Parts: sequence; C-alpha cells; structure tokens
Amino acid sequence: MKGWKPAPHILLLMPAFIVLAAVVVVPLLLSLYSSFTPFRLTRPDTIYTFIGFRNYQRLFADREFWVAFGRTVLLLTVALNLEMVLGLFLALLVEKATRGQRLLRTIMMFPMMFSPILVGFQFKFMFNDNIGLVNNALQSLGLTDQAIPWLIDGKLAFTSILIAEIWSSTSVFAIFILAGLMAMPKEPLEAAKVDGCTPLQSFRYVTWPFIMPFAFIAMTIRSLDIARAYDIVKIMTDGGPAKRTEILWTLISRTAYSDARMGLANAMAYVAILLSILFTVMFFRQLAKARQQIGAEW
Amino acid sequence: MNENQANDLKRFLLKFGHLFGLFIAMAIICLPGFWIVLSSLRPTVEIMAKPPVWIPQSLSFDAYIAMFSGVGQGGIPVLDYFRNSIVISVTSTVIALTIGMAGGYAFARYQFRGKTAIFLGFMLTRTVPGIALSLPLFFVFAKLGIIDTHFGLIIAYVALNVPFTVWLIDGFFRQVPRDLAEAAQIDGCTRWQAFWQVEFPLARSGIASAGIFAFLISWNEFALASQLTRSTNSKTLPVGLLDYTSEFTIDWRGMCALAVVMIIPALTLTFIVQKHLVSGLTSGAVKG
Repeated sequence: MKGWKPAPHILLLMPAFIVLAAVVVVPLLLSLYSSFTPFRLTRPDTIYTFIGFRNYQRLFADREFWVAFGRTVLLLTVALNLEMVLGLFLALLVEKATRGQRLLRTIMMFPMMFSPILVGFQFKFMFNDNIGLVNNALQSLGLTDQAIPWLIDGKLAFTSILIAEIWSSTSVFAIFILAGLMAMPKEPLEAAKVDGCTPLQSFRYVTWPFIMPFAFIAMTIRSLDIARAYDIVKIMTDGGPAKRTEILWTLISRTAYSDARMGLANAMAYVAILLSILFTVMFFRQLAKARQQIGAEW
Repeated sequence: MNENQANDLKRFLLKFGHLFGLFIAMAIICLPGFWIVLSSLRPTVEIMAKPPVWIPQSLSFDAYIAMFSGVGQGGIPVLDYFRNSIVISVTSTVIALTIGMAGGYAFARYQFRGKTAIFLGFMLTRTVPGIALSLPLFFVFAKLGIIDTHFGLIIAYVALNVPFTVWLIDGFFRQVPRDLAEAAQIDGCTRWQAFWQVEFPLARSGIASAGIFAFLISWNEFALASQLTRSTNSKTLPVGLLDYTSEFTIDWRGMCALAVVMIIPALTLTFIVQKHLVSGLTSGAVKG
C-alpha cells in the first residue's frame, strides 16, 4: 500500500465527513430505527421490540399532532413572507438614506445578535399582561383600561410569538437585500429612466430581478435555521395556554422528555426533519433558478 | 410657478415620509434591547409598579453585583454558566474552523464529481432541527456517559457549525485569485506553502469572521444545550436564563441583567465582522 495517496480533496473533506456522520447521520439513523419501536426512556429494553409503523399510524391519526403541524407551517409561512416584505422595505429605506448609512446598517443588524432564547424572553417581558411595556404603554395612553392578556389568550399568544419571530429575523432579509441593492450597477436604472419607466416599473423590472438571488440567499439561510422558533416559543408560552400555541418542536420535546415516549417522539421528529428539508430544498432551488436568470443577464 | 410649488411640496413630503419611516423602523428595532438594559438597572419595585413609572427614579448596578457574587445572592450560579459558555463556544469554534478551512478549501479549489451534491448534503445536515437531533444524541450520549460534560456539547456544536464554516470559507477562498497561488508554486513553493503564505493571509479576515459566526451560534444555542446539560458542570448561559422562569415568581430584573451579560459579547463580535459576513455568504452562493 506504500505510495497510495488519496486525492487531496478527499483528504480535506474527510474531517467534515467524519464529524457530520458521527454527530448527525448515525444518531439520525438510530432515531429512525427507534421510531419503529415503543422505546421509552424509563424502560430501556423496549428499544429491541419492533412494532413496525405503529408509531406513525398513531401519529397520523392524532389530531393534536396535525394541529401542531398545521400551526408550525402557518407560523413559518406567515413569518417568512412578512419578514421578506418588511426586510425589503427596511433595505430600501436604508439604501435611500443619504447620511449616516453606516450607523443605520449597524443598528439594522442589532436583532441578529440576540439569541432566539433572548428574543423570546424579552418579548415575554414586554408582552407581560401585568407589568409589560406594551400594556403599560396602552394604558398610559388611555387606549385601553384593561390588561390585555397577550400571552394567555390563544390567538393573541400566537400573534405575539409571530411578532417576536419577525422582529428577530427581518434583519437577515434586510441585510442581504441591502447587499444586493448596493452591488447593483446604476446604468440599467438610468437606462430605464431614460426609456420612461415609472419608479415602480423600474423597481419591478430592473431592481427586483437583480436583488432576488440575494433575497433567496437570506431565505435559504433562514430555512436552515427555522427550528430556532422553538427557542422563542419554548420560553414565551411553552406551547400553552392549553396547547394553543403548541408547535411541532415543543410537542416533540414534551413527548420525548416529559412523557418519556422516545419512540413516538422520534417518529414526530422525522416528520419535522422532512418539513425542514422541504423548506430548504424549495428555497435552494429558487436560489439556483434566480442565479441562472441573473447569470444570463450578466 | 404653481407647478413648481406642488413639486416642491411633493418632494418635501416624500423626504419627510422617508425619514419618518426610517425613524419608526429603527425605534422598533432598538426599543426591546433598550428596555431590557433599562430594566436591569431599575429596582424591582419600579418594574412592578402600577401605574407604571416611566421616568426612572433611581438607577443602580445592584442586579449585576448580586448576579456575580455567588449562588446565595443572585439565585443562580451565573459565573459557572459563563465559564461553561466560554469554554464550550471557544473550543468548538476553533475545531469547526479548522475542519471548515479544510473543507472550504477543497470546495473552492478542486473540481470533483458530485461537488454540488456533497455541498447540499452538508447543508441538509444543518436543517435538522436541534430538538429533533437532541433525541438520538441524548440517547447516544447517555450510553457513552458524556451527558452533562463539556466534551459532549463541544462535538455537538462542531457538527452544527461545520456546514456554515465550510460555506463561508469556500466563499472567501473563491475571492482569492487562483493565479496567485499558482504563481507561488511556479516560484518553487509547495502547495502547502503556497496556501499558508499566499492564500491564507488573503482570506484571513474572512476566516476570522466565519469563526465569530460559529462562536455566536454556539454561544446562543439553546435547543440542544437544554437537553444535553443537567447541572453547573456544563450548563450554558441560554439554559441558565431558563432558571429564572421555572420559579413561580420571575425575577425580571435579574433576568434582564443576565440578558445584558449574554448580549454584550455577541454585540461586540458582530460589529467586528458585519462586513465580511455578508460578502462571504453572498459570494459563495451568487457566483456559484
């Protein structure tokens, strides 16, 4: 075997492969297996009992699971779309600013530095029905004399979580869209103006196609990390009140660690993983498409 | 004349609207952080006051002093959490960066079959939600006896960070012209020397920002840490924050103070890297 040398790129990629295999892939295979068993943490030997698809059957018949699933998809869809729109507006506002742009950009990055758990906490604090900033402000301004139960009423709690989520992630979109706006050559815009486009038209047909790939990079990055909404929900409501803000991930952690039903939780986890992958692949493909379109024009 | 005036008015309104919008947006971004800092400096009586006290009457660092003076005073062992967070974040960042440099260089400089597929595969490992990954990791780590140790969290975070560091560093190496290293090799450098003396220095600031990015992810991570840690042996700050909520009465002031302690390192580091971060992520992905 002397003199045999693997190609350098294989050697270079090897450590990454090993780590990801050991910490992600192999454990996931294990959890795939255990999703076919009635595994409970309290009774370790149950991992050797094979029950086929019974966990999945139970899951798909479980109304609570589907409600949580639907709520997760709803949360993500609404949050991602609003973040995209608000991020676009924010980026346009900052790009138009003539002075202090550096300062504005720095402030814009502010929410990115907050860990999701901190975002959850600070909004839990602000939305507190008794001492929170929001209720205090509303009461002092005389808009209401009651304490609005932001985190106690089911619908309001969902809205509050949505606001927290949007606050924390809009800046990701804004930053990448701004990067796109700043990298954009000015000539096409001037040409469009000469040709008599209205500002709206030149935005639609010149600016937007150019910044779209940047928006999709932001989307892809966000979708890699969508499950961080778990941290926010966990600390703000922990799925309550009475499971009305329960999302897939809080349901998984409750089933696994509080009820100790690992097998069932792993089955749920697989559904959650597939959901994440679906979101990522969707955006990645759009990114590739947008890139091609731009590549043809460049 | 009249038309001119109308134009002037329109321009004035547009400008005013723009400034107003900008102001509102920035206020919304800044307000929550500002409120936490302010609350951490106010006495609990003022935070709980009804009707609310808007103008702070007395500000003090009592909450911080209490927090750093031990378990008995502050309620939770913040110092231990802080130490754990630092050790775990720094170690996992260094390892993830080393692995990421090797991987990123391979993606940027070599052509091989299945490159896109491998890249996508790396990224897909990142999409696995932390809480879903924590189930099997909890089981495996329990078998290996590395639950509630620094080592366990460190390898988990390395795996979490490798995809991102590979992506970022790939982008930075692409920005370094290929010819430079080739020229160095013609002049008699080995590939290894060419890398360290030509390509690495040029990509260095970018790699540093990838490191800071990895550090922040480890520093802020909660879903895995909340399940893989049990005690002061390995609990990190984000998990420690939850200590305040498990009680019936929440110590808002203490929690705000801990929040500020968590934000400050993140804030400082993000300011340093903000420029490189965006350029790294976009150059890798746009020019493909």
